[in-house]
Amino acid sequence: MTPLLEARSLVFTRNGRTILDDIDIAINPEEVVTLIGPNGSGKTTLLRILLGLQKPDSGEVVQRRGLTIGYMPQRLTISPALPLTAGDFLQLPRRFGREKVLAALQETGVRHLADAQLFSLSGGELQRVLLARVLLPEPDLLVLDEPAQGIDFNGQLDLYQLIDRVRRKRGCGVLLVSHDLHLVMAATDRVICLNRHVCCSGEPEAVSRHPEYLALFGPRAAEALAIYQHRHDHSHDITGEAVPIDQREEQAVRRGCS
Amino acid sequence: MLDDFLWRAFLAGAGLALVAGPLGCFVIWRRMAYFGDSLAHSALLGVTLGFLLNIDLQLGVAAVCAAFALLVGLLQQQQRLPSDTLLGILAHSGLALGLVALSFVASLRLDLMGYLFGDILAVGRNDLLWIWLGGAAVLTLVALFWRPLLLSSLHEDLARAEGIAVLPLRLLLMLMLAVTIAVAMKIVGILLITSMLILPAAAARRFARSPEQMALLAGVLGVGAVGLGLSASLTYDTPSGPSIVVAALLLFILSLLGGSLLHRA
Repeated sequence: MTPLLEARSLVFTRNGRTILDDIDIAINPEEVVTLIGPNGSGKTTLLRILLGLQKPDSGEVVQRRGLTIGYMPQRLTISPALPLTAGDFLQLPRRFGREKVLAALQETGVRHLADAQLFSLSGGELQRVLLARVLLPEPDLLVLDEPAQGIDFNGQLDLYQLIDRVRRKRGCGVLLVSHDLHLVMAATDRVICLNRHVCCSGEPEAVSRHPEYLALFGPRAAEALAIYQHRHDHSHDITGEAVPIDQREEQAVRRGCS
Repeated sequence: MLDDFLWRAFLAGAGLALVAGPLGCFVIWRRMAYFGDSLAHSALLGVTLGFLLNIDLQLGVAAVCAAFALLVGLLQQQQRLPSDTLLGILAHSGLALGLVALSFVASLRLDLMGYLFGDILAVGRNDLLWIWLGGAAVLTLVALFWRPLLLSSLHEDLARAEGIAVLPLRLLLMLMLAVTIAVAMKIVGILLITSMLILPAAAARRFARSPEQMALLAGVLGVGAVGLGLSASLTYDTPSGPSIVVAALLLFILSLLGGSLLHRA
């Protein structure tokens, strides 16, 4: 299988500090790869190089011919000086038509925000809008930089389930960056643990037992994985009442309309 | 109608306002207000150069501003010095160089005030042609590149990752600003040009729900400010360029009041 994106022997140094040291990485179609690592481990730099936003000192990035990438940046600060609705934001730089836009927003559970001003959205709402925007053109590869940031706990579960669903439905590859371990692990095929070099990589279970992983994140990280592997059969609405999972979406829509 | 200097003045100002409105929106969205100001300061060097080379003054200004814009664009690629420092250096060096160079042209009796604060009542047919042709060119470019420009104003990395040529777009915007400043010099003068870019756009922000609305409204408010300023200048015998800017300021203040009423309702 030809990988969607492949990087070979990437090296990147800045001001005498080695930030990336001989990195090899490949992302295949229909695969969810998660990049984890502590602060300063070079996650963002690696991502920028893979996206072509930055040039490596040596090594190369090869994209499959005609690859389309949907990029969801970490923290988008929207200036209040720019009046733009979430729906219109999805039509930049290409027009898709109102219907497709609403469908994409529906998919990430924020259809009711289509006419809300972008700068007025909360962190979690904005992340969902960004995710909808990334899904809209149906790219071959999704690159998501800390997508769950600012989203509440159940929202995070939803988000990773959504990513998983989209991947299965469309067969696109997904590259996730995160330093929050537990949730991500559950929805990932392969984890790459980065600390300027690739410490270890493989299936989440295997990585979580790897000595280098344990050295980096401590033994509690491995326990954390176990904790988060159980499934929720209910959720909580705004008042804290327990609600079965399948009713929750309806509720969200109703709340949004009121 | 074009024989009347007042009509010529109004048409010149309106032409400028229609371009400055949409461009000013980008200046605000991208936090380029200081850049516009610096560009304008370097315009005086263009005036001198125009005199020395015996070419059209506005052409000289456009050329110097364009060169300045490219220089800034390239210098911003390095990351040792913050852009506002770079702009501060270039802006005032540009103005100082312009004044020094001017003194070497001994034979020249230049109405410096006219260039610093504008002389809209002296606008001739030729100037009008410049303003409307230059303005039409700039507006066409803005319309053509509207969506990519918007996205790269929102988030440059996002735009670049999606295959938009961000750097050429930024240079294009800078060049359009250079042309606008060359055009605006006669009308409000070098020192007041930035206000024509940002005041109408800032006033429009309160009432706009979309970027298109904001750009359009900024143009309309700018034309209003020109009309208001000119008639005030006529009535109270005040300098025309500053009067236009004061009118734009009034519109901005009204927009703040009107905006808060609108939002309360």
